[in-house]
Amino acid sequence: MLRLPPFTYLRPKSLRQALRMKADAGPDGMYVAGGTDLLPNMKRRHQEPRVLVALSGIRALRRITGGSGGSALSVGAGVTLTQLHTHKRTGKHYAALAKAAELVSSPLLRNMGTFGGNLCLDTRCNYYNQTYEWRKAIDFCMKKDGAICWVAPSSPRCWAVNSSDTAPVTVALGAEFVLVGPDTERVLPAAEFFNDDGIRYLTKHPDEILTEVRLPPADGWDATYWKLRRRGTIDFPVLGVAVWVRWDDALVADARIVLGGVASYPKPVPEAAGAIIGTELEETAVADAADAAFRPAKPMDNTDFGLAWRKEMVRNYVRGALEELRARREVGSGRREAGNGKREA
Amino acid sequence: MGGRERRYRVVGSPRRKVDAVAKVTGRTLFADDIALPRMLFGKLLRSTVPHARIVRVDTAKARALDGVRAVLTGGDVPIPFGILPVSQDEHALCPDRVRFIGDSVAAVAAVSEDIATAALDLIEVTYEPLETIGTPEAALETTQPRIHDYGPAGNIHKLIDLEFGDVDAALAGADHVREDLFLYGGNTHLAMEQHAAVADWSADGKLTLWSSTQTPHYVHRALARVLELAPSRIRVIATPNGGGFGGKSDPFNHEIVAAKLAMLTGRPVKITLTREEVFYCHRGRHPTLMWVKSGVDRTGRFKGMHFRTLLDGGAYGSYGVASAYYTGALQTVTYHVDRYRFQGARVFTNKPPCGPKRGHGTPQPRFALEVHIDKLAEDLGMDPAELRLAHLQPPDSLTANHLRIGSMGLGACIRKVVDGAAWKERFRKLPDGRGIGIACSSYLSGAGLPIYWNHMPHSGVQLKLDRGGGVTVFCGSTDIGQGSDSVLAYIVAEVLGVAVEDIAVVTADTDLTPVDLGSYSSRVTLMSGNAALQAAERARDILVRHASAKLDVPAERVGLADSRLFDVENPELGMTFAEAVQTAEAGEGTIGTVGSYMPPRSPGRYRGAGVGPSPAYSYSAAIAEVEVDRTSGIVVVPRIWIAHDVGRSINPVNVLGQVEGSVYMGLGEALMEEMVYRENRNLVHKIPSMLDYKSPTTLDMCEVVTYLIEDPDREGPFGAKEVGQGPLLPVPPAVANAVYDAVGVRIDEVPITPEKVLKAIKDRDKGGYGRFGPTRFPAIPWPEPIRVPPPWEGGDGRAAEGDTVGAGGVRPSSVSTASLPVAEERQH
Amino acid sequence: MASRRPDPLATAQIRFDLNGESTTVAFAPHKTLLEVLREDLGLTGTKHGCELGECGTCTVLLDRQPVLSCLVLGVACDGVEVRTVEGMTDGPRLHPLQDMFADLGAAQCGYCTPGFLLVAEALLASNARPSREEIKHALAGNLCRCTGYLKIYEAVELAAAKMRGDDFNPEEETLYGRP
Repeated sequence: MLRLPPFTYLRPKSLRQALRMKADAGPDGMYVAGGTDLLPNMKRRHQEPRVLVALSGIRALRRITGGSGGSALSVGAGVTLTQLHTHKRTGKHYAALAKAAELVSSPLLRNMGTFGGNLCLDTRCNYYNQTYEWRKAIDFCMKKDGAICWVAPSSPRCWAVNSSDTAPVTVALGAEFVLVGPDTERVLPAAEFFNDDGIRYLTKHPDEILTEVRLPPADGWDATYWKLRRRGTIDFPVLGVAVWVRWDDALVADARIVLGGVASYPKPVPEAAGAIIGTELEETAVADAADAAFRPAKPMDNTDFGLAWRKEMVRNYVRGALEELRARREVGSGRREAGNGKREA
Repeated sequence: MGGRERRYRVVGSPRRKVDAVAKVTGRTLFADDIALPRMLFGKLLRSTVPHARIVRVDTAKARALDGVRAVLTGGDVPIPFGILPVSQDEHALCPDRVRFIGDSVAAVAAVSEDIATAALDLIEVTYEPLETIGTPEAALETTQPRIHDYGPAGNIHKLIDLEFGDVDAALAGADHVREDLFLYGGNTHLAMEQHAAVADWSADGKLTLWSSTQTPHYVHRALARVLELAPSRIRVIATPNGGGFGGKSDPFNHEIVAAKLAMLTGRPVKITLTREEVFYCHRGRHPTLMWVKSGVDRTGRFKGMHFRTLLDGGAYGSYGVASAYYTGALQTVTYHVDRYRFQGARVFTNKPPCGPKRGHGTPQPRFALEVHIDKLAEDLGMDPAELRLAHLQPPDSLTANHLRIGSMGLGACIRKVVDGAAWKERFRKLPDGRGIGIACSSYLSGAGLPIYWNHMPHSGVQLKLDRGGGVTVFCGSTDIGQGSDSVLAYIVAEVLGVAVEDIAVVTADTDLTPVDLGSYSSRVTLMSGNAALQAAERARDILVRHASAKLDVPAERVGLADSRLFDVENPELGMTFAEAVQTAEAGEGTIGTVGSYMPPRSPGRYRGAGVGPSPAYSYSAAIAEVEVDRTSGIVVVPRIWIAHDVGRSINPVNVLGQVEGSVYMGLGEALMEEMVYRENRNLVHKIPSMLDYKSPTTLDMCEVVTYLIEDPDREGPFGAKEVGQGPLLPVPPAVANAVYDAVGVRIDEVPITPEKVLKAIKDRDKGGYGRFGPTRFPAIPWPEPIRVPPPWEGGDGRAAEGDTVGAGGVRPSSVSTASLPVAEERQH
Repeated sequence: MASRRPDPLATAQIRFDLNGESTTVAFAPHKTLLEVLREDLGLTGTKHGCELGECGTCTVLLDRQPVLSCLVLGVACDGVEVRTVEGMTDGPRLHPLQDMFADLGAAQCGYCTPGFLLVAEALLASNARPSREEIKHALAGNLCRCTGYLKIYEAVELAAAKMRGDDFNPEEETLYGRP
């Protein structure tokens, strides 16, 4: 059986206590929430913290507040993915996010994994997500224990992939993340939380705790999330498409399109969003946006499926997501937002 | 159950398996569940290079680690082993050479698994790299280095060339000739239970090994050979397997290493593999490239068929020689073939060894053949179901390659699924993007010859009758989840007229149970079942004799039912089963009987005739329905109809379970499962995990409509034939044929992934043929064919031109070819 | 890899409710709940298939929710309620799910079975009449290589019927195939 390396386990009851424990542990300490990402990684020796500071005992991280009558909603980072997709306030007004949460891995994992954990998910790569012994056979890679990125051996950077389902949706919705550090508290737009680098994939300082995600008021926009993976469950996305639009009558007044699973960060494709702003999402606009999203998408050979096919699917999935929004616009006059994910392959 | 035939009290009725309650309560003890006092934990150090000489192994630091009790290297276990007598090419720990990433180099026993793992990291191995051979094509082209120093040449492990009649002439005279190339990707068993073994050595010189193995008998042999112990001092107990599918059919190095570590330390040692290590054990489906050329008349009758296969064997022999023969053996048993030629090659590459996976060597050629027939039918303007029905190999017949067919229910199978799926209303008539396809298959009910050829039974059963009315069945067979323990109990209960609950079953323990060769080749129900039947009938005869005397009723009037022996003409007159045992025991002493089974001799007498014969062949027909998205190439299979000719269901609910499970595994192979290696990175396994190796989930599995065809076979117990493997075979070709029906493209390659489908669709949209598949079959230095005239051309099963075997006339088995090392056990 | 090794003498101790009984156990502090159950408490009914949270075999109920015990730290379980397959029987009587799995051969090799049973139990606790689709989605984190899942669905449906007090006799097709 693959086993965990040894560590000291600390279980603070408050944020303040957690921050202090982590500060005391220094760089050898790590926070753990649901553990569904960190513990497999520890078993494979990707991370070997000497001290684990558990966040599960901190009640403040598990609150969902606001959201009534279309006001902004605050979701604690410690809310499990199951709670996120079954909670009545997320389900009603933030269906795209709920759907993304529901599409994460399997029901078992969602009962354990947290919203914050999914946002902080370590970037993935099938040269990296292997055991220590396996990685020895390729002389390791730059993300851990080695010097080279095997995905692109001449590259100075690591190309591990952001594989979170909820991250692209938070960026598309324009959510804000609250980060609490030993002496600081700051609020970041979701897009600024992520970094285009497989190793330094978050702008979060290791000592900071992501405590809360603030979702914008549900005031007339619509959104959806589409996920591509081989099986109907368990698998990480090899492509995620999050789309947010604000309608002004029949026209798209504003839009954001964000791709997951094709870069080290949730990748906004403003050129694709630009292609639909001012349109009625008519066929040609949708096709233009799909093309515009296709061009900058650069999947690498480090996930399931071939990269050429994954790139090609960007077009299909952006088109599909936009058509879904258009259809909803045409059908539902009363419904403001009812994002709907789709599982395929 | 209204209207159903109730000839038997037990056989044919759905009921719980004898181990069902243990399994649903978590009480079944699998190998890793065993914990013995003072037990140590063993771990294997595996190679991190694909092909290299071992220059030095330094274990000093590992030995010095606190908690380490023993460290082993290749020199400690120098005797080679392997499942086949002709391929004794494995070592418990590699002495001088590693052949794939994952090959075992050293082993540690320590007081905890943590310490054993830490110790592995302290072992320093110096390798001198050798050229890596990654593909079958590279293996054919690379004469040096050789991965093994045996085989006909270079990195060729085995070459086969068999010709049954003049195929070239048949092709020349055919109305229509068609040639196709196919590739079946490699995949693995992925049993949910990782392999595990616990060894215990006693100071009186006895070794006990508990292991999740499908073949305790062969593990027993391998341990005796490598450890140089008398078999009488070794006890192998196969624990219930948490799934096998062929993946636990070889003797494995971790079993031998656990035993050796126990002998050295005097303490029990357990080795449980990690999931990643299970991928290195592998022995799964051989990636197989296939070329088929056949000539038919206007009705689709095969005048001649020429079939070539190239198997990527990976780094060791395993069952590979048999696997290679199997890729050519069963093409003739479904549709009549006038003349047939088979050329097969297996090569070595620096990847985990391939071996027997569910269907062993036959799903690959079956895929090729069934898609080939779909194309032939289209060429001829025929319905592919009708073409198949028109040319079925008849029951009670011989095939071109001298296989004896008994019962043959394929026609009934085809008619069932054709009706059930509304085939005639839907084939080539569904809207674009939706399609249905048909394919058929056949499989063995046990191999006709044992691995080590001899004249002894393939399966033995002992029965012990207790004065209290209980009956204990002892048999070497191994329950891997397929229900073989239960089949023994059902058959004995049926014959003796007692309740299944009154039967105790003791299996798979070399100290306690007579030999059964193992749970492979779908042999257990037929062979162990027949042995149990014979033992039970002998026990019945004893009881009846004594009861008849005591009741003063003629023996032929004594019936057995409801735990009683009685006068069938006056059922009031009788005695309980327990009283009957007591009466018999008082009359002649302790009551015990034995039964055994030996398959009938096969008519084939040529070299290679050992692979293919079986006492009975099962048949299946399947229709798959698919939905194909033209823009992505994604294929969804909502439903499969399958009919399986099982001869007779001993327990229909479990037969259905085997059919459904086979469809599941076939669907996984058809759509997503594949072993993938990084050729540009040392041939590492790309995806050795449950996450990345794609096994269908609940949301990927299709609906299955199952029909059981019961046409009892004279060789099977109560007419039963196999069900555990055959129903997998038609699924991949049925899906491929359905994809063609849906979008008009041919995917001549398994798995049928969206990438391949989309490429083919685009090719077709651009005016191309719309095919994805291999385009070349490499040149192979085939030997002179062994020519054996088919029965209808005067053939008697012997090779022509003096290519016969020794004076005994019987070729021991296909695998014992003269050019290869032959096992010492070979007797004649 | 850091050559750090666990201190063999280090132990953690927790007290928790295990299958309805208050239980105290001491173990190496870096062990998962799976390892503690199997190795320190001898409850080997909980199996392991992947060690990485990818197959569902090691499922237990933690505070009535199905979770992957290979990814739960033993030290995190102080004060929780854990239910394993060993706790499913009601005295000598099988749980209706166990009965139906046994009757329909939904446990072939039986290795994944404890995980499936516990997930199904949690499902039926919140949904007495799940549809086939709901069952599939609830079981979507559990892999089985033997059954193709179909007999498992049927067993869950019949167990649900039995628990509701409805007729739970299987269809003839479930037992004999389609005529």
